[in-house]
Amino acid sequence: MTTTSTMTPAALGSRRIDPSAVVARTTPRTSLQETWVQTLSMAWRALKKMRRKPEQFFDVLIQPLLFTAMFAFIFGGAISGSVADYLPVLIPGILAQTALTVCMATGVQLREDMDKGVFDRFKSLPIARIAPLAGPMIADLIRYGIASVLTLVTGLLIGYRPGGGVLGSIGGIALTVFAGWSLAWIFTWLGTMARSAQSVQGISMMIMFPLTFLSNAFVPAETLPGWLEAFVKVNPVSHVVSAVRDLFNDGAVTAEVGWAVVGCAVVVAIFAPLAVRSYSRKM
Amino acid sequence: MADLSAVRAEDLVKEFGDFRAVDGIDLHVRQGEIFGVLGPNGAGKTTTLRMLATLLPIDGGHAEIFGVDVRREPHRIRQLVGVTGQYASVDEDLTARENLWLFARLQGLTGTRARAVAGDLLERFGLQEAADRPLSQFSGGMRRRLDLASSLITRPPLIFLDEPTTGLDPRTRGQMWDTIRELVTDGSTILLTTQYLDEADQLADRVAVIDRGRKVAEDTPDALKTQVGDSTLQLSLADGSDTALAANVVRRLLGEDPVLTPESGRMNVPLPDPDRAADVLIGLREAGLGISSVSVAKPTLDEVFLALTGHGADDESQMEAAR
Repeated sequence: MTTTSTMTPAALGSRRIDPSAVVARTTPRTSLQETWVQTLSMAWRALKKMRRKPEQFFDVLIQPLLFTAMFAFIFGGAISGSVADYLPVLIPGILAQTALTVCMATGVQLREDMDKGVFDRFKSLPIARIAPLAGPMIADLIRYGIASVLTLVTGLLIGYRPGGGVLGSIGGIALTVFAGWSLAWIFTWLGTMARSAQSVQGISMMIMFPLTFLSNAFVPAETLPGWLEAFVKVNPVSHVVSAVRDLFNDGAVTAEVGWAVVGCAVVVAIFAPLAVRSYSRKM
Repeated sequence: MADLSAVRAEDLVKEFGDFRAVDGIDLHVRQGEIFGVLGPNGAGKTTTLRMLATLLPIDGGHAEIFGVDVRREPHRIRQLVGVTGQYASVDEDLTARENLWLFARLQGLTGTRARAVAGDLLERFGLQEAADRPLSQFSGGMRRRLDLASSLITRPPLIFLDEPTTGLDPRTRGQMWDTIRELVTDGSTILLTTQYLDEADQLADRVAVIDRGRKVAEDTPDALKTQVGDSTLQLSLADGSDTALAANVVRRLLGEDPVLTPESGRMNVPLPDPDRAADVLIGLREAGLGISSVSVAKPTLDEVFLALTGHGADDESQMEAAR
């Protein structure tokens, strides 16, 4: 502490700063490659934070274990006649629900993070405005991965045997991860708009519950009243769940898979620009 | 570039609802100087700086940094300016080394280069030993140093320092001052805000005094101080009811009105020449007025304010607190 200001001019190169040369070197915007490096750097930061705060993993560990077992034994007999018959329906449903829960955490954590002083610095740096938003989302791919694998493993333990085999299962998990990442942009957008982390949590719950329960995640859509069935059929979560079922149970890349991917891409195309705009405006 | 200005801001305006936080400020900072923006809390210093750093949209007026338009080319501005905030803007969840590495990577340095620059800066700012410790164990001074180091990674030609020493103990403050002075020898231009005249005096080549979103004066620190007298004789009278009599004595001897605080029997006398202090003391003795304490002080921001605006700096802080 005592040797604070002994400058070593050689440390940073002793050449004097020439402002006009620096001005000449500036670029009007970030290139795609720079944006990618910046996003990865922000992902690195998010990973470091995850490692230091393992309690962040609570939701991705507990929910798959608890909900899979609980729902299978509670609803299995009523909906499909037996637990074993219900598992092919349930596991993809739980996957979607877990992915949405992880998404929600993405928005809440972003809001918390944005209130910290370091975000002032991120804003003052010549970096792409999307990097601080997209970086944590890349790190979150790990969380989606863990949650999906755990759900599947829990299912296997209570007797689920995916008909699609190893490849089908990998495909199903990959689709879940992609869907989670895409839908997370909605919650990221909320994170940049809302006043506090708590309000993000509140609004997200209001979005997440209808999206998961008003879908075919846990019950077949045909059993619902007509008006509800109509909503369930356009709910993007339903398409993701159906697509994951096709992959898991039949190993088939069906039209549903195509629709799910298109739906997710549309969500990203709408909400990623909205999120970036709202984030830049917060300056 | 024929123009040798680092910052040229004209008629800057920032409004928060009905409140005009910055109400038409002009700033002209020359290359290679330390320019101080002096003012109490809530005067609009930080807001001005944040607008120039592209952290807040500019509501009115025009600003250029090294000839680059702040409003039109924010991305270029961010490549020219290093910002060190009022509250250390570093990542609390990372170590010092990780912070510097991250900021270097974000600004396009390769991994190897980022590591080297982080190491250099840690050494230069005396943070090597604490480099890999969590920031929660850092003192206020260490955080500020890390914050400043983080602003210097790409050696920006212009550095904004928002109240760089607020809340630091005197020794750490002195070290920070030394560091800031050395930055200028590297060729950087520095724009700093401060609440302390002392700090502006120590560091700045020129000072703009800001009050309620307006610039009330701009000059060298010496010239500003001359406006309020070079130093002040502070007197406490033994009997508070004597202040009016004592003020007469001062007026007769120096031809100037002292600033009175009758309730506490205190009186501040502007001294164009410290030698005249003795005259005042002798004058009071001859008039039979007792003194309980006496000191000679350099002008404070409060006095500069009083002289420039007719009201004290404290009013402003209260306004800020009420906001």
